[in-house]
Amino acid sequence: MSLKRIDLLICCGSGCVSAGSLKIKERFHEVLQEKNLANEINIIETGCMGPCDYGPVMVIYPEGTFYKKVSPDDVEEIVNEHFIKGRPVARLMLQDDEENTFNTQREVPFYQKQVKVALANCGYIDPESMDEYIATGGYEALGTVLTTMTPQDTIDVIKKSGLRGRGGGGFPTHIKWQMVHDNKSDEKYVICNGDEGDPGAFMDRSLLEGDPHRILEGMMIAAYAIGASNGFFYIRAEYPLAIKRIKLAIEQAKEAGLMGKNVFGSNFCFDAEVRTGAGAFVCGEEMALIHSIEGSRGNPTPKPPYPAVQGLWGKPTIVNNVETIGNIPTIFLKGADWFASMGTETSKGTKVFALTGDIKNTGLVEVPMGITLRELIFDVGGGMTGGHKFKAVQLGGPSGGCLTVEHLDVAVDYETLKERGAMMGSGGVIVMNDKNCMVNIAKFFMDFCVDESCGKCSPCRIGLKQMLDILERITSGKGKEGDVEELQRLGEAVSKLSLCGLGQSAPNPVLSTIRYFREEYEAHIRDKSCATKVCLDLMHFDIDKDRCIGCSLCARKCPVTCITGSREDKYTIHQLDCVKCGNCQDVCPVKAVSRIPGMHPEVTAKREAEAKIANHHDD
Amino acid sequence: MYKEICKKYAPTKDNLIQILHEIQDSHPQHYISPDAVDTVAEYLNVPANHIYGVLTFYTMYSTSPRGKNIIRLCESPPCYIKGSENILRKLKVILGVETGGTSKDGLFTLELCACLGVCGNAPVMMINEDVYGDLTEEKVEEIIDKIRGMK
Repeated sequence: MSLKRIDLLICCGSGCVSAGSLKIKERFHEVLQEKNLANEINIIETGCMGPCDYGPVMVIYPEGTFYKKVSPDDVEEIVNEHFIKGRPVARLMLQDDEENTFNTQREVPFYQKQVKVALANCGYIDPESMDEYIATGGYEALGTVLTTMTPQDTIDVIKKSGLRGRGGGGFPTHIKWQMVHDNKSDEKYVICNGDEGDPGAFMDRSLLEGDPHRILEGMMIAAYAIGASNGFFYIRAEYPLAIKRIKLAIEQAKEAGLMGKNVFGSNFCFDAEVRTGAGAFVCGEEMALIHSIEGSRGNPTPKPPYPAVQGLWGKPTIVNNVETIGNIPTIFLKGADWFASMGTETSKGTKVFALTGDIKNTGLVEVPMGITLRELIFDVGGGMTGGHKFKAVQLGGPSGGCLTVEHLDVAVDYETLKERGAMMGSGGVIVMNDKNCMVNIAKFFMDFCVDESCGKCSPCRIGLKQMLDILERITSGKGKEGDVEELQRLGEAVSKLSLCGLGQSAPNPVLSTIRYFREEYEAHIRDKSCATKVCLDLMHFDIDKDRCIGCSLCARKCPVTCITGSREDKYTIHQLDCVKCGNCQDVCPVKAVSRIPGMHPEVTAKREAEAKIANHHDD
Repeated sequence: MYKEICKKYAPTKDNLIQILHEIQDSHPQHYISPDAVDTVAEYLNVPANHIYGVLTFYTMYSTSPRGKNIIRLCESPPCYIKGSENILRKLKVILGVETGGTSKDGLFTLELCACLGVCGNAPVMMINEDVYGDLTEEKVEEIIDKIRGMK
């Protein structure tokens, strides 16, 4: 074996892979081979490092140099300058707006307020190597639990830690465990819920891809506590890499004797299997998930009986989210008190958030519960892109709600968010700037829920469709007085009457946008105007004749030839034919084409005339 | 052929979803034919209507033939905020299809899907098992051209 002087950690999470990190890795292998350095430098493929927006990213040890947006063309320079001459490449390092350069990963502001528990190894170890996981303390917790603790002791530790479900509901983990523990049965199951479907959440994917052994270890501890000897990983089929990695981890653990019969010489026997979904959001709901594993349609069924009583194949079952399970090994290693020392009164520990949308540092972060939204969005997330103003943040995906500027100093924990109409959900944080129309966003989330409703219970199947119809009416300029009230009435009914969490929470985005942005709804309905110029029916394009140079580019690019004119007369858009594709605005070299809020008077007149004729026919 | 795939799994109903995945992936047109349904029904000893129920419930299965490459463009809000609509428009133009359609050369089927979980690099699409992020109209054209060149 040769001694390697440099460890090169290349982020190979899905984000960086989509940005081309695998090509960079190949290129490094080539260049190092050419220069005869392959023996000196250790190339390690890691899981997600977090800052997806800077991808592909890499960290070079021993110094911890952090490089961002690396391309295959940069590889030779890194090898020549950094590896051979010992001079890190400054132009690939992160710089802030004041042109301060951050040499090492530790200095990067994105990482400074973060406390990594579940994500501790993500981006730090090779997820395909069990030895690396063990080197960071992996499987030590399992060993301690199996050799020194009873199942009840194990549950008590989780109780003391205050761990709550990270998948959305925030249900105390120890209660689920205790219920299954107390139920006597010949067979019990533990299920790891990796059916992450919330738009804007990708922590489960990153954990499964970046540190699969941690999830496996956590699952085994859970299994021991409740007395189960079989486990299932239910993972979305959209995550092929996560599926591959967890399967590999299971194989490795079996081979090493960390799984199977009499683990650590105890009486504990355990086996786990991977099951994949097939593209149904509702399967994240625990009963739906159980039916899906059983090979049926993923329809939720009424609770009770809860899975803890009658779950998979009618046996007591716990369903825990990936991130919840990811916290478990560390709680046993560092102690329940340590875990409970972080966070707020009711929400202990840390939470992983996925920052997306109009924010500078999109990516995955882990912060102590109770951090304010301002810290999360502006300190960790780096603030808004392109100098735009912060308008709203959608927390908890399609089940959550939006919060506004006035909530920036709100502490992020389960209860506080709920009181304000949002929810923790799985931790998706979609940040929106002032160019977003809230009615349109609400419509978008509703469209998602209508698509994903399983159709079993009528409030969700019919009610959500009615709400979507009203939202479509509003955004296309056909809104009527009373629509907002009707949305609220329907929303409350659907929330109360739906069978499962999907329907119960689906109206939240609409209700919360009405709560905080009612004036936008009213402008859409009364003034037929979308101030952000997003809703195409409620805005129009216009050419400023003073600016127009008559180049005819817009007319040539118009797909419906509704722009006419000449060099002398300048160009005009015929509003009645315009399809609002925006090509004219994109191609105009002098920015003479602009978007104007509100319907064009010609269009309004035409619509009124049409409405009159329609009414006449009705009579 | 379908029988061989079935035999890799124990004949219990809970393997249905995995079997259907493998049958669909192994078919050059990425779909599950009535023959396949009959074979699976017989193997697992479940009624064919149960299998159709499952097939039509999950969005990833198709009961009609599709292209050689399945493009799944994410239509979730984080991608939408970052301009996925323009990407969809571009894809429709270069492939000459509407959403759900297959290009004339049989190479591509264009589908929309719920979140792919790569929101940090929105807008995102998946072609078969590969994820492409930070899409721009130019990038989309390059990617499609490259796959066309590979046939």
